[in-house]
Amino acid sequence: MAKQTLKCTINDDAVEVLVQPYTTLLDALREDLGLTGPKEGCGTGDCGACTVHLDGKPIASCLMLAMQVRGRAVRTIEGLGRADALHPLQDAFVRHGVPQCGFCSPGVLMAAAALLAENPHPTEPEIRYAIAGNLCRCTGYTKMLAAITEAAGATSAREGA
Amino acid sequence: MRRFELALPRSVDDCLKTLAKRGADAKVVAGGTDLLPQLKNGLLRPAFVVDLSGVVLLRRLGVNRQGLRVGAAVTAREIELDPRIQKDYPALAESGALVGSIQIRNLATVGGNLCNAAPSADMAPPLLALEAEAVIAGPQGKRRVPLVDFFQGVRRTVLAPDELLVELVVPAPKARSGGNYLRHTPRRELDIAVVGVASQLTLSNGVCAKARIALAAVAPTPVRATAAEQALEGQPVTPEQIERAAELAVGAAQPISDQRGSAEFRRHLVRVLTRRTLTTALARAGH
Repeated sequence: MAKQTLKCTINDDAVEVLVQPYTTLLDALREDLGLTGPKEGCGTGDCGACTVHLDGKPIASCLMLAMQVRGRAVRTIEGLGRADALHPLQDAFVRHGVPQCGFCSPGVLMAAAALLAENPHPTEPEIRYAIAGNLCRCTGYTKMLAAITEAAGATSAREGA
Repeated sequence: MRRFELALPRSVDDCLKTLAKRGADAKVVAGGTDLLPQLKNGLLRPAFVVDLSGVVLLRRLGVNRQGLRVGAAVTAREIELDPRIQKDYPALAESGALVGSIQIRNLATVGGNLCNAAPSADMAPPLLALEAEAVIAGPQGKRRVPLVDFFQGVRRTVLAPDELLVELVVPAPKARSGGNYLRHTPRRELDIAVVGVASQLTLSNGVCAKARIALAAVAPTPVRATAAEQALEGQPVTPEQIERAAELAVGAAQPISDQRGSAEFRRHLVRVLTRRTLTTALARAGH
């Protein structure tokens, strides 16, 4: 079966890669492009560990075919911040010790980042709603809420500066 | 995932040409949130998949005084958040907001929700209660099918292998109309309706001019509760009338017992959710 050429933008870089027609976006990111931040928890869209942004919106990358993102912009956790310049959410996750096993963290961070991009001052119910599609089997939701709430303050303070 | 070839049409015509050739062993993918799990677990084994993400026409959402025109590839998230749908078609907006999670809703489409034809499809009851029509494109041109005739059974619709659902046409509710969709699930997110009920009421001169009630997850297809509708029409909408309609709605349900709930529990839910959605619909109609 012939591979197809996928052209898209990933983490602000123009990318051209050959993928199988039946490859999911998650598998293309992890296996073909080496971006292993997005995780496969369930493979059926139930856990949110594979969350990435597609044109700025959070999506389950395990439920999309890679070829469906042709011409579109994908952002993974690798493109959220840099090691020397963490996104305020990543910084808050580190300081609050949010990651326990860490498997859900990239997906939660991408869901939260999409929320703050649309709504810089979310209420607690809005934060809960935004990350309701992400499961944490370590049950570390309380610290997530605290970190996201704090980062929302930091994000808006930075925008105001 | 099992192997398949993938077609990437850029127009409805391209798509129809592909389906004319390969329709018998093809599946169409829009958002993929229902299809991909079925491809992964082997429930579906198409040799050929046709991706609709390049067909811009299918993503159009038009709202005017005549009503809504919802492209088949409009996402559940767009339906949830559109202020015009929230205002005049609240039952539809509420159903869109209940599909999966945000990550799912940004992919899942209204056309996919209907074509997957699960008895529990959340967007089906509001669209049935709003008397939506499905616009279907095929080799002989377009045809319109009332949504109530669209579903044929569990995961079966009137679509032929060489046809494509392109749009839903929803007539605008008259003045003094209101609607509501509720479903029962153990979890709010990422769950499937044990029962879903949509109610849509129009008032005129103190009586109910029109009532439409549709149920999900209590029969092989989403169904209308016509006896309950008829009992309401022409009468003042009192709590007693609502209770009577809720009782009659139970008669439209032919539920099964499964891991989500027993048939008896589902009949109970039909009564409760019909009462609640009618009460909210009445308030929204400006009682």
